[in-house]
Amino acid sequence: MQLTDYIEPLMQGAWVTVQLTLYSTVLGAVLAFASGIGKLSRHRTINAICVAYIELFRGTSLLVQLFWLYFALPLAGSAIGIDLRLPPVLAGVLALSLNIGAYGAEVVRGAIASVHPDQREAARALNFTERQTLWDIVIPQAIPEMMPPFGNLAVQNLKDTALVSLISLGDLTFRAEQIRNYTQDSTTIYSMLLAMYFGMALVLTVLMRGLERYVTRWRRARS
Amino acid sequence: MLFGFEWDLSSPATYAASILPILLIGMWVTIQATVIGFAVALALGLIWAVLKAAPFRVISWPASLMTEFIRDTPLLVQLFFLYYVLPEYGIVLPAFMTGTLALGIQYSAYTSEVYRAGIEAVAKDQHEAARALNLSASRTFTHIVVPQAVPRIVPAMGNYLVSIMKDVPVLSVVTVLEMLNVAKIVGDRTFNYLVPLSMVGGLYLVMTLVASAGVRLLDGWLPKQGIPLK
Repeated sequence: MQLTDYIEPLMQGAWVTVQLTLYSTVLGAVLAFASGIGKLSRHRTINAICVAYIELFRGTSLLVQLFWLYFALPLAGSAIGIDLRLPPVLAGVLALSLNIGAYGAEVVRGAIASVHPDQREAARALNFTERQTLWDIVIPQAIPEMMPPFGNLAVQNLKDTALVSLISLGDLTFRAEQIRNYTQDSTTIYSMLLAMYFGMALVLTVLMRGLERYVTRWRRARS
Repeated sequence: MLFGFEWDLSSPATYAASILPILLIGMWVTIQATVIGFAVALALGLIWAVLKAAPFRVISWPASLMTEFIRDTPLLVQLFFLYYVLPEYGIVLPAFMTGTLALGIQYSAYTSEVYRAGIEAVAKDQHEAARALNLSASRTFTHIVVPQAVPRIVPAMGNYLVSIMKDVPVLSVVTVLEMLNVAKIVGDRTFNYLVPLSMVGGLYLVMTLVASAGVRLLDGWLPKQGIPLK
């Protein structure tokens, strides 16, 4: 096997990694908003569910969550008579997004809490409903605060996708492992692998910066 | 049977009770890996921080690039790299040592930022005041900057300690018998993953809650304004 022969399978794996990162980051962002806002809710049940979700997924290891969804959930399902066998892709995306969503929830909560209280008071004085205050006043100002930590979480998520190779999902790390088992050429393979992850992380960082500029454009327009 | 421990599969409760001692052995390995990995991260992070703050570009620039590279690549791949590539150059370490080294290297990139941020957060006035009092640069650093930086650094470091604890299961891929690996082996033998993996989840919750409570306690105990000198 030539060095150039490595490139094709690695690229296939890289594409799987890119897709996993994309899906789990988007799903994670949705979960982060839902549970971050839910944690600030005064409704006791909603609040309890969101706090339990955040604490559970921040308090345990991602690999434990991944193994639990992949190995233990089918058994839990068969005990109550439901088929809960997840294909590796689904287990991987679910574990990654549930995990990153719990971390994101704290970011969302913190950003919402950091909006100046005067803004809420002004909204109240103008007779805005609570819902309008949240969605039209508070969240638009909170989003720019969330962007830098979200960028870090996205890179964290990209790195975490490497773990799905352990439930036999054909991502970049999995492909590299296959090639290494075949060629025993550890140094080249792992150096290429590190370089590829680094490259992808740099691209992701640039993309997140672009997104940050896009969502904060109203700030610059005014100043 | 595993490590001389028998398990009782008659009901989930007896099964859980019979494998708890084995899981606790795994937990002890997890704690050891966490502590050693954290120590490596603290020491190496300090080295990175010093190199990055160096006045010469030839030193600071490669150090910044290196920490960026470490931060942007997965722990799993770094671990594979250390575990499979180092022996090709004659460095053969036991799996546990390689694993804790990988943890330490990965988190050193994060801790170096904590050191830098903690030191830079000390107000400029403090430097000016020290200069006005004619303190030397080294005395300013050890007696003015460090005592004020420590209370800022400790909580952030505590968070990374908890993160390291949660990343220890990755070491299972290089045959380290930490808690998740033990649970996985028990599951492989009994065909029941639900109980051992759920127990690992529960034990992890306990460990992270205890660790975060410890960090908060330490944080509350440290004086916010800085550690007073005699």
